[in-house]
Parts: sequence; C-alpha cells; structure tokens
Amino acid sequence: MSEPRSGTKLGLPTPGDVLSPLALQKRTFKLTGGRLAMLVCALIAVLSLVRIVTGAGELDSAGTIAAAIGFAIPIGMAGLGGLWSERSGVVNIGLEGMMILGTWGAGWAGVTYGPWWGLVAGTLFGALGGLLHAVATVTFGVDQIVSGVAINLLGLGVTQYLSTLVWPGQPTQSPSIPAIPTFTLPWISDTAKSIAQQGWFFVSDVASIVRAITFQVPYTTVIAIALLPITFFILWRTAFGLRLRSCGEAPYAAESLGVNVYLHKYVAVFVSGGLAGFGGAVLATVLSGIYREGQTQGQGFIGLAAMIFGNWRVGGLSAGSLLFGYTQAMQLRSGEAVHALLLVIVIGMVALAAWQLYRRRMVPGIVSLVVAGVVFFWYANTDSVPDQVSYVTPYVATLLVLSLASQRLRMPAADGKPYIKGQDH
Amino acid sequence: MRKLLLALAAPVLALGFALLVTTVILLLSGHPPLEVYRQMWDYGTQPDSIVLTINLSTTYYIAAVAVAVGFKMNLFNIGVDGQYRLAALFAAFVGGHVELPPVLHVGLIIVVAMVVGAMWAGVAAVLKNRRGVSEVISTIMLNYVATGIIAFLLAPDRFAELIEGSNNIGTKPIGPSGQVPGFDVVSGASSQIYGTIVLAVAVGVGFWWMLNRTRFGFDLRASGLSPTAATASGIDAKRMVLFVMLISGALAGLIGIPQLLGAAYTYNLDFPAGLGFTGIAIALLGRNSPIGIIFGSLLWAFLDVSRQILDLSGVSKEIVTIMQGVAVLSVVIAYELVRRYRITAQQRDVGRQLAAEAELAEAAA
Repeated sequence: MSEPRSGTKLGLPTPGDVLSPLALQKRTFKLTGGRLAMLVCALIAVLSLVRIVTGAGELDSAGTIAAAIGFAIPIGMAGLGGLWSERSGVVNIGLEGMMILGTWGAGWAGVTYGPWWGLVAGTLFGALGGLLHAVATVTFGVDQIVSGVAINLLGLGVTQYLSTLVWPGQPTQSPSIPAIPTFTLPWISDTAKSIAQQGWFFVSDVASIVRAITFQVPYTTVIAIALLPITFFILWRTAFGLRLRSCGEAPYAAESLGVNVYLHKYVAVFVSGGLAGFGGAVLATVLSGIYREGQTQGQGFIGLAAMIFGNWRVGGLSAGSLLFGYTQAMQLRSGEAVHALLLVIVIGMVALAAWQLYRRRMVPGIVSLVVAGVVFFWYANTDSVPDQVSYVTPYVATLLVLSLASQRLRMPAADGKPYIKGQDH
Repeated sequence: MRKLLLALAAPVLALGFALLVTTVILLLSGHPPLEVYRQMWDYGTQPDSIVLTINLSTTYYIAAVAVAVGFKMNLFNIGVDGQYRLAALFAAFVGGHVELPPVLHVGLIIVVAMVVGAMWAGVAAVLKNRRGVSEVISTIMLNYVATGIIAFLLAPDRFAELIEGSNNIGTKPIGPSGQVPGFDVVSGASSQIYGTIVLAVAVGVGFWWMLNRTRFGFDLRASGLSPTAATASGIDAKRMVLFVMLISGALAGLIGIPQLLGAAYTYNLDFPAGLGFTGIAIALLGRNSPIGIIFGSLLWAFLDVSRQILDLSGVSKEIVTIMQGVAVLSVVIAYELVRRYRITAQQRDVGRQLAAEAELAEAAA
C-alpha cells in the first residue's frame, strides 16, 4: 500500500492527475443560493435597462410575466412528468399523448362536474396513458421510444373518438369550462401596480414581478409550483426516491439490494403520466377555458425539452419551463418587445464573453463576442423580428444547450435501457 | 414450419387484438361491429377507393422505408416529418420557378427534395457524432424548427403567392413539364394511379438490395443487432450514423413527391402533414422489412380510405385511428413476446439435445 495515490506504475498520468483539484475547481461553477440570487438580480437589471433604453414596456410588464408563468405551468408539469419517468430509467416520448388525454379529461369532466373535477379527471386520464406506457415498456420490455410514439398516436385517436361520442354536434371542441378561482393579495398587488407604473429602474421591474404573482393567480398555479419542491423532496430526500432513482442508474444493482425495480418503474411512469395529464388539464381549464382538438401543440415535447435543458433536475427544469413560457408569452406581445429582446441577448452574450475571457477560455469567448456582434447588427438593422423566431426559440435553445453543454448534462445512466429481472450479464 | 408459424404469429395476433379492441369499443358505443366492417369493406373495394388506397400507400411506403432505414440500426429518426415537409417546400419552390425539358424537370425536383431532406437529417447526425446529442431529442426539436422555417418561408413575399379564389397561399405551381402523368389501371375508376408509384417501387427494391446484397447493408444490420460486435469487426459507428441518417433524410425528401408531382403541383397550407409519424407507425407494423412494409402501408391506406364512409352511417371515423394505434402497440408487444418465446424454446431444445447426448454416452459406457 506504499504506492502513491495518483500515477500508475509506469509513471503515466492518470485521469486524476490531468484534472487536478485546482483544475476541477476552475472548471465547475457551483450554483449556490447566493449566486442564483445575484444572477436573477442581474437578469432583472438587464431587462430593466433594455426596457428603459428601447421603451418596450411589455418586455417585463406584469401582464407579460403573468402570461409567462401561465404558459410555463403546463410545460413544467410535462417536464416534471418526464423527470419522474426518466429518473426511473424509462424514456417518455409519450408525454404529448398523455397531455392530450389530460386536456380531454379536463374538458369532459370540467364541463360536466366543474373545473376541479376536470383537473382530477385530466390527471387520471394522463396517468392511464402512463400506465399503458408502463405495461408496454416495463412488463413487456418494448422499446421505450416506440411505445411513446404509439401512445402519442393513441392519445390523439382516443380523444377524437370520445369527443364524437360526448359532443356529437361539434366534436373538435368542448363547451367552455367554468373558470378556476383565483386569488389576489389585496394591498400588496395594488401597491406593486402603482410602483410598476412609475417606470423606475429595477424597482418597477421587481414590482411588476410582485404584481404578477399576487394579482388574480389561479390556484392551479399554486398547486403546480408546490409540486416542484414536493417532487424534489420525494425523489432526493426519501428512501423511496433513492430507490426509484437507483432503478434509473443501475437497475441490476438495485435488484441485488432487494429493490422491486418493476414496482418503482410502474409508480414512476404512472405518476409521470398523471403530471403530464395535469399539465394538459391546466392548459385546457386555465389557459383556454375550453378543450380544443390539437390544443397541446407539442407542449409535451417542449416539457421534455425543458427537462433535458434542466439536466434532469427539478431546479433546472423550472428555469427551462419559465424561459420557454416566456418565449411563448412574447409571441402574443408586440413585435417591439420581441425586437428589444435581441438587445437582452446581446448584453447576455457580451457578459458571457467577458466571463470566458476572464477564465482565459479564448476561443469560446471570441465566439460569444462574434455572436453578440451579429445579433447587435440584426437588432440595429431591423424594426421587428419574424413571429417564427419566438416560436422556434425553445427548440433551438434546447439544441444549443445539448450541443454546447453536453459534457455538463448527465442523464440517468440506465435511461432508456429495457430491464428484465435477473437478466444481468 | 415452426419458424414460419412463429413469424406470422406476431402480426396475426396483433391485428386480431386490434380488431378485438375496436369491436369492443363499437359494441360499447352501441354500433353493430360487423355492419361497420362490412360498410368499410364495401366502400374500400370500390374502384375509386382502390385507386385512392394505392396512391396513399405509395406515399406511406416511402415514408415507412425512410424511417425503417434508421430503425434497422436502432437509429430513431423521429424527424422524418420535418425533413419531408421542408424538402417538399424547397422542391416545390424550385420546381415552380424553372423551365426544363420534362424528364430533367422532374429529376431536378426529386434531387432538390432529396438533398434538402438529407441535409436536415444531417444536422441530427452531426450533432450526434460530434456532440453526443441523442438523435431522438434532436430530431423532435428539428421537426418544430422546420415548422417555424416553413411558416416563415411560406409567406406571400418570400416563397409563396396567394392562390386565386381562396385565402390559401402556396408556391408557384409546377409547370406541365414537371408533372408526372398517372396510369389508368383500375377499370371503372375515375381517377388515376400516380405515375410516381414507380418511385416507391424503386425505393423498395433499392432498400431490399442494399440490405441484403451490399456490404453497407450488412454493416447496417450488424450495427443494429449488436453495436459492440459491429465495432469489433471494424465498422465505423460514426460513419454509419452519418450515412444512414443522410439516406433516411434523402428518402424522407421523397415522401412529398407523389403528392407534389401527381396531384397538388404546389406546396400550400393544405399540404399533408404528419406523414413522418404515419411512416414510423407503418415501419413498426411492417417490422422494418421492405416486404412487410408493403402490407403495412396498404393496410394503413385501406383503413384511411375506407373510414371515410363511416361518418355517413353515424359512426365516428376516429375509431380507425384507435385501431391503428392499438395495432402498432400490440404488434411491437407481440414481436417481443414471440422473441422471448423463441429464446426459451431454443434453450429447451438445447437442453433436450444435451440430455439425449448424455444418456447416449451413459448407455455406451
């Protein structure tokens, strides 16, 4: 045992030598609470600055932020569903189909028994889709991508057929669903509104955010936001969660420790479907007030994207959902505000370049600077941005994150691999 | 004999199960199932319906082969949908703006479609090879990016113009030299079979030949069956990913061709969407085999055509979508079950043989 801890007998460097503790420290950027708060403040400051320079008040008005949060909820719930499933090792491409089932369930039960029952039914419908996925992938070991694609197909077919039975006259949409009650914090929201209208630097922008989260917030938003820490707690702080995640990392090792892998995967995929269904139900009940055929428009896939964007973590997928929700909210705003966003991107890229150059990472730093220059050129020479730019933002952002930060992303080790009990070789 | 039975068992079981589910749903919603099936059969076997079915299956066949090329080596090109739509848009745009002798014109349109489709699929291949991005995720994202690009380009001052007498917009129609005439094959039908059915046949024969008669096809199947064995035998995995993705994308580019050159002559807002996903379903149904997919696409097209009669008799035609979905899911489950049965049967046979040999050896001693 006298051998040195690092370095092989031949004197060749081991990976441990190359990545000395110092180098590791330099490479990784740990996101602590304080740093997160600083980043958020910086973001608000940049938005505020751009708002004042360009005069695009809709950039971060209370209305925009409220809309962004509203759009982020279904995305986040689908993403959370994806998280549950993939953490247990089952890839869930069927989120979209489960979400469609959720919208229909909410439409049918919401019209018949009221919006709360609509949410319950939507969640259950989605969970049934999840159960089907679990039967196909866990019990029968079918390829998970294939099963997901089939569930998307089935979700559409089943809801279309049920619609013709329930609403024979107009099968492509339901009658309107009664609204979910909302709450308003009386004094705070009014004060926030008056401060937000002053147009002060930073203060008014914070007030807009306060206004957005205190004025006419549907209770579903509260439930959805509560589900994020609840999921984190269950998956990362309980024995059940540890077992569930171990099924996604090393199912055969889990099996050897006596974990019932099948059961944990079933529960995870069932909950996954329920969450996606809940997301769909919110989409129908709160955002549209109606079930309409094809209203999910790929939100399930955006949720999947948000989860990957967030590195299979609760905090990351929340940030991803908010970002994607914001881009959707911007699609409904004036072209002026979207145009002003280009300036936000320029400032962000310059800051990133400065950070990279400070870290002596010359090539990425210069690339960031060039991108900033190109976007600034675009900003300076146009008055508006095509509508489609904000439409493709979530997808392009996900592709960029995947391709630029793939070394930092880590999906569960056994994600997507079929598991058959006792078949470890 | 047992081999043949086992090969047929899975599709027969799955289709039977799909039919059973459909029958139960029909019974539950108060429709006589046999009567519904009879109506569909009667309507689907009329001459015009047969022509429609064949034309539709031409498109479906190409779509399914485009998907199957990738599936054969476990490469999931979910992005066929975006690839064919983007390819059809560019092909229609170029085709509408050039004047060439007939054969050359058609050839140019096809080449443009294949190149655009291959390039869009190539993005996913490069991302996978160079950055390790799963092609499933990247192609899903690229589908939506393609939708955005098409929405951007299909605008009056860009690729499109307003179609007279409607509020639809489309690319400039392709002239007569770029149109492919149809055949009158089915007697009594008022419509013609697309001339581009030749293209589908070529795709099928080419796919079969490549799989079974070329080294590339062998490499492809080997990579699908066992990536580690393939790498050990000297197959360059990254090169395979790139080539297979490019081929899949080029074939995806062809999906829009029958519609473009045989009926629509323009890419407009009504151009059929979602064919890529139909292709995935049919490829699964046909077990990624050039011959299996023929049956899969004909069945799918027949169901799509014959369901049109259902609305008239008060049954919603979406029942067929459920049937198709159940069929796809149960086909993959059935194949998995048959595969497992085969393995246990093999093990049993081997065990029996070993036991017999041991007995013989004992008797000799």
